[in-house]
Amino acid sequence: MYRYIVTRLLLAVPTLVGAAALVFVLMRLIPGDVCVIRMGSGGSHVSQAAVDACRQQLGLNDHIFVQFLSFLGHYFTFDFGISMWSGRPVVQEIATRLPVSLQIAVMATLIAVVIAIPLGTISALRENTWLDHVVRVVAVAGIATPSFWLGIMSIVLVLDITYLATGKAWMPPIDYVSFWQDPIRNLSIVALPALTVGYRYSAVTMRMTRSAMLEVMREDYIRTARSKGLIEQIIINRHALKNALLPVVTLIGIEFAFLIGGLVVTEQVFNLNGIGRLFVQAVQNQDNVLTQALTMLVVLIFVVTNLVVDVLYAWLDPRIRYS
Amino acid sequence: MYLRTGLWAAGLGLAVAIAAGPANAQTPKKGGTLIYMIAADSPPSFDGHRETTFATVHATAPFYSVLIRVPPDNPSSTTDFVCDLCTEMPKATDGGKTYAFKIRQDVKWHDGSKLTAADVAESWKRIVFPPQGTTSARVSYYAMVDKIEMPDDQTVTFKLKYPTTAFLPALADPFTYIYKKEILEKDPRWYEKNIMGSGPFKFASYDIGQSIKGVRNPDYYHKGQPYLDGIEGIFADKQSVRVEALRGDRAAIEFRGMPPSARDQLVKEAGKDVAVQDSDWNCGNIVSYNHKRKPFDDVRVRRALSLAVDQWGGAPALSKIATVRTVGGIVFPGSPLAATKEELQQMAGYWPDIEKSRAEARRLLKEAGQENLKFELTNRNVDQPYKFVGTWLIGEWKKIGVTVEQKVVPTGPWFQAMRGGTFDVVVDANCQSVVNPVLDTGKYLPKKVYPESYGDYDDPKSIELYNKMTQETDPAKQRAAMRAYEKHTLDTEAHGIVTPYWYRIVMARSYVKGWKISPSHYLNQDLANVWLDK
Repeated sequence: MYRYIVTRLLLAVPTLVGAAALVFVLMRLIPGDVCVIRMGSGGSHVSQAAVDACRQQLGLNDHIFVQFLSFLGHYFTFDFGISMWSGRPVVQEIATRLPVSLQIAVMATLIAVVIAIPLGTISALRENTWLDHVVRVVAVAGIATPSFWLGIMSIVLVLDITYLATGKAWMPPIDYVSFWQDPIRNLSIVALPALTVGYRYSAVTMRMTRSAMLEVMREDYIRTARSKGLIEQIIINRHALKNALLPVVTLIGIEFAFLIGGLVVTEQVFNLNGIGRLFVQAVQNQDNVLTQALTMLVVLIFVVTNLVVDVLYAWLDPRIRYS
Repeated sequence: MYLRTGLWAAGLGLAVAIAAGPANAQTPKKGGTLIYMIAADSPPSFDGHRETTFATVHATAPFYSVLIRVPPDNPSSTTDFVCDLCTEMPKATDGGKTYAFKIRQDVKWHDGSKLTAADVAESWKRIVFPPQGTTSARVSYYAMVDKIEMPDDQTVTFKLKYPTTAFLPALADPFTYIYKKEILEKDPRWYEKNIMGSGPFKFASYDIGQSIKGVRNPDYYHKGQPYLDGIEGIFADKQSVRVEALRGDRAAIEFRGMPPSARDQLVKEAGKDVAVQDSDWNCGNIVSYNHKRKPFDDVRVRRALSLAVDQWGGAPALSKIATVRTVGGIVFPGSPLAATKEELQQMAGYWPDIEKSRAEARRLLKEAGQENLKFELTNRNVDQPYKFVGTWLIGEWKKIGVTVEQKVVPTGPWFQAMRGGTFDVVVDANCQSVVNPVLDTGKYLPKKVYPESYGDYDDPKSIELYNKMTQETDPAKQRAAMRAYEKHTLDTEAHGIVTPYWYRIVMARSYVKGWKISPSHYLNQDLANVWLDK
């Protein structure tokens, strides 16, 4: 297993280089550059000399191959560069935002798992009953409702309810503080986004759990277990659920990785200073260095998450062995 | 120097304070922290000399002093300027070519040391003549400056190459922070990532991309100010967040400006708990034609497109949904150099009879062989007001049989299209801070003298008229020269269309007092005169 993990990690290197090359080229296909945007987006007059000086400073006048080699060279020495927009180290820019995204991702995952696995299982076990129908409606509604819309509605609802109840509209704070700094304030800030994201996440997971459970419950070994006289609880927990969780774990892994960098609109709606929002800013500002670093981070998160999922497979299904 | 007469200060339809009036009579209360929204993600850097975005000014202006500024108590004036670090506004000598500013001797930096004339001179030299390796974004504003000198340790003198009315407004630019000479000499780029000024608030902390905080400067030289104990600016680029934050009292004010829909929503939901101030905005969208592409090299086609647009009828309707309102020419409507309604109505695109105007437009298109004209309108992917204005224009042009497809692109490609000349017609923008008509109207010059003029035309007559207007110092003669330049630009050559000027709507919790709206979101942001009536 140890050798397998090391091999997988080494295989991640060409994946990362490939992703780096792709994003490097794609970013340079977008017309315009960071200097023009920074100096001209306000609509005021900026001298060409100032724009040229900015380009020179950021190395944008160098040949594209020189830029690419420099970029790769720096990455191999773990120098991720300086943001073209803010002038701060990319590591600092990302490190500031990562805890926010990570916290939302973890909380949303917990919410999803706590809601989705029991409800998905019950739904499958009570197939075509009223309970199954209710769970399916909740799940389909969760998939169909965009998280950002739910986010906006949840804030408006809080404002309206507090206004009707107290005569003064209230909403959670909008300036993030870390959990270790002020746990109550932190939770009041992240609760709504985690719930809204967690709901959609749980809906997807619920559907997957239900269909996987339905499939497993029709397997021969479940029939065998029942014919042996095993009690239903043991059949479900030990034989059915554990096997049904294989595709669910894959889904949870992919969703978790997505949440780290993909919560663009939700982060904007709740004014959370996370990775998703930073990603959009970086692309909008044509901050190539930051965009490249963020892409590499997301690719790395996907690679690591997939690896964790594969390792979990072995734990869930004893037949799976890696060498 | 007519700029300082104040006779024009009433402005024309400027700064209509709807709800802030009663506060003027009240005695300011001390204390409290003002939490305000900054309608941006975060500033690229803290260096005012280098940046052009309001995000930098809104985040950092409270920490800095400037040499002169628009009057904080009457920021909507387009002609008055007052001292911040100087002791009194100087009278120009040497035929209008020399300005000597006496510097206050009671100003301390936030580190406790004394601010001197040398600091002021060094900062201004950096702005006007940026040293190698540094960037001064507005260096072109100061093309008239020949030398900056310090004849004694209390005076800073600006010597101009020629007398011009553009100098004082340019000097009052809100980005011209005064930095400490000693720091600049050690590291000319120190101020990009650090803050140390002499303004009403001392820098306290910055959470990257989230918020910036300041505390009261007890040594502030404008006695009695600031009234607040502290300030906190929260960055939020999403409009819904800013509206909800004001409603839920998580923030007390947002200074950039909101669209009418947000104002209506907030007023409906929060009622008397919010106050509105509004003003014409020294920003506007300009339609530029690519003169290098046919048929836009034909003045008849350009005039026809101007004549098709019903500015007088469209502006009131558009103002209900978009951040635009007042019809104007190339000069900001509140300025003494701006055209009156009657003067505007003499030019293509402003005729009072729109049917007659459109009939002429159809005739011109027929004469030019362009009755079935089709083209692409490149626009910026920003709702307010770009896309609203673009959509409105397309509707207007359709009325003379012109078919237009709107191509909406992000900011980078939008700039690239303009700079590279890869467009038919584009919705451009001209957004300035201090109202400075002489500099602001440079945008309408040919590209060879003004690179940000994207029409790419050669027009020696335009340069001649502009230069004549620029060098004129007699107010009446300068106004006449401006009319000639304007008529040539918008009517004779129809180089572009000036769409209705933007309209600034600032929302605040009603307990925010002291702050007054100006024609620019860059101005009056040091917050020294803001107080909370709580």
